[in-house]
Amino acid sequence: MSSYHLDHLQFLETEAIHIMREVAAEFERRALLFSGGKDSICLLRLAEKAFRPSDIPMPFLNVETGHEFPELIEFRDRRAKQLGAKLIVRTVEEAFKKGIAHPTPGQISRNQLQIPVLLGAIEEFRFDCCIGGARRDEEKARAKERFFSFRDSFGQWDPKNQRPEIWNLYNARLNPGENMRVFPLSNWTEMDVWEYIKREKLEVPNIYFSHERECFRRGGQWLPVPPAHNDNGKPDPYDGARPKPTEKFSKLIVRVRTIADMISTGMIESRADSVDDIIAEIAAARVTERGTRADDKASEAAMEDRKKAGYF
Amino acid sequence: MPHSQHPIEILRFNTCGSVDDGKSTLIGRLLYDSKSIMEDQMEALERSADITGGGQINLANLTDGLRAEREQGITIDVAYRYFATPRRKFIVADTPGHVQYTRNMVTGASTANLSVVLVDARQGVIEQTRRHTFIAAMLGIPHLVIAVNKMDLVDWSEDRFWEIRDAIEAFLPKLDVFKDVKFIPISALNGDNVVDPSKHTPWFEGPTLLRHLETVHIASDWNLSAFRFPVQWVNRPNDPTNHDLHDFRGLSGQIAGGIVKVGQKIFVLPSGLKSTVKQIWTYDGPVQEAFCPQSVTLVLEHDLDISRGDMIVGIENLPGMTADLYARVGWMNPRALVAGKKFLLKHGTQTVQAIVNSLESKVNIHTFDSEPLPTEIAMNEIGEIRVRTAKPLVFDGYGTNRLTGSFILIEQGTNATVAAGMLLPPSELVKPEYTDFAI
Repeated sequence: MSSYHLDHLQFLETEAIHIMREVAAEFERRALLFSGGKDSICLLRLAEKAFRPSDIPMPFLNVETGHEFPELIEFRDRRAKQLGAKLIVRTVEEAFKKGIAHPTPGQISRNQLQIPVLLGAIEEFRFDCCIGGARRDEEKARAKERFFSFRDSFGQWDPKNQRPEIWNLYNARLNPGENMRVFPLSNWTEMDVWEYIKREKLEVPNIYFSHERECFRRGGQWLPVPPAHNDNGKPDPYDGARPKPTEKFSKLIVRVRTIADMISTGMIESRADSVDDIIAEIAAARVTERGTRADDKASEAAMEDRKKAGYF
Repeated sequence: MPHSQHPIEILRFNTCGSVDDGKSTLIGRLLYDSKSIMEDQMEALERSADITGGGQINLANLTDGLRAEREQGITIDVAYRYFATPRRKFIVADTPGHVQYTRNMVTGASTANLSVVLVDARQGVIEQTRRHTFIAAMLGIPHLVIAVNKMDLVDWSEDRFWEIRDAIEAFLPKLDVFKDVKFIPISALNGDNVVDPSKHTPWFEGPTLLRHLETVHIASDWNLSAFRFPVQWVNRPNDPTNHDLHDFRGLSGQIAGGIVKVGQKIFVLPSGLKSTVKQIWTYDGPVQEAFCPQSVTLVLEHDLDISRGDMIVGIENLPGMTADLYARVGWMNPRALVAGKKFLLKHGTQTVQAIVNSLESKVNIHTFDSEPLPTEIAMNEIGEIRVRTAKPLVFDGYGTNRLTGSFILIEQGTNATVAAGMLLPPSELVKPEYTDFAI
């Protein structure tokens, strides 16, 4: 006998599927931002649940800084192929050539430069809506986002003047040039994401699991040593992001908790090599903050990550 | 199957009250005492406390995420927070207290199971208390908590608590929609009766706020009695290479009410076409039945002309269907509503042209009485209106079903969402012709 009752993951899932279908129905030129990271992996499964047996009615879009983990790129390309989706990749490098982005003097990280590249892609393909995997529990200002986040013709968010978002009635109306960012995972927490990955048996890139890796210490973080540069004819894309002789250098057992690119992702020391381990690590980290299991080994790594990942 | 380790049910609640009633502080306290604050957040709080707070941590800074909010010490827009206890998982909407941000309060409250209205024990019941309680009732939020805050500043006076309780109970019968109402004396700042019971209130026998949030019965908050399925997206794979999919025509959507079963007879409205549910398709395989609020794809026996905006309903407990609507609206735009204005109206999965024919009444927030025939309904005011739509709506009264009884009005041109609308129960229901099923 059924109890007609949804548990928390089923509730979050049906909410997100409803939002995905609203996007498909209300917009003409939509895209799904897929990086290969854990949040966008959930988005893909939700898209399958929303649209199958039809094709997912939107291309995938990813912005590359040029410093990506090779494992992530391989995973991204393979998943897009498996799902029969068109994958559009736009890179910071191309944007330099086109003149829509410019290298910041003295700044190795290209994190900020992803913004003009994304806006350039939105303009190039005239996307009126991009689905993203951002979550409200990530950050204070993100906690203020709507599911349907309106952007003006400059791509700007006006947090003091957002559209009221009432019940599940999303106002998707736009004037020419304006666009919408839609976040189906708004109500999901980090724990929900991993529990969903577990329930749905979703594959994630292996860098989420503990592995041995050469790291170096910079800015209070363990950063991965970039791949070797063998082509002497071209400039080293990781120039400036390689360990200096003065920087501490170590082979460690690590994993990533959140993925940006190789320059801005701190590795955490962890022995978690399964989804269950990761869930236990996150849960234990919470307990540590409660002060009841300070001796727990797994929690140290999880806690350290939070400190490292300043924006969290 | 319930998990033993993880929370299995989500309770969504919002906190509201006037400026400085301590809403953000209360949420901060809930997070703090339920050990849901991460270390880096704590360090940031301690840092700001050293600079500005004279050593006292300001828990409100946990939720006031916009620079302008921290500068002014007020909440402008809804902040959502997430925490879990071994019993439940919580989605909290910290909603603004200022009258000018009432629309943001409605945003946060519209999806809540429960509303916490804060009352400053020193101030007692004020206009915002009445407004927020009224809005919670109007939005059909089933559970209400009146948290009488800052009890430490009235020396934990039992008399004062009862005085406030009596004042609110005097007007609650006029609202009469809540399944339950709880009064709790608290100090959000010091944590009394928030997570841990207070030693200052031996005269109070009720639960702490968190205990109440963990135990209040919410399983029956969804409407399971009348099947409603707004067609959201027509699912046509159109794949000539795959024999199974070539003729697949599914109707995707989220069930907005009731239960659907394979073999069940249905009507498609407004067309009145009839069919039978042949299959309930999901990514995880076909199911025999599905219920509100699941998202599914229905396949019908007959190949009918059905598109987004149509509503599939069961043959019992039929909805209303008319283009002449009577609704209560909360107005959210600086330009006041006057009769004769045209808008886009979004109801379920359908957006239609609409004209506001007349303003019937306006609520006086001090007395909760209706003032007939107002000339306008201004921002943050609530009134009743007659609307005519270009196509008939298939709907239920908001009190029966929050999903099929609600709409928003959108101003053309600016595309601003200008009103939250709640439909009154239909004066007559769709009249079906059952005989056709005999064919």
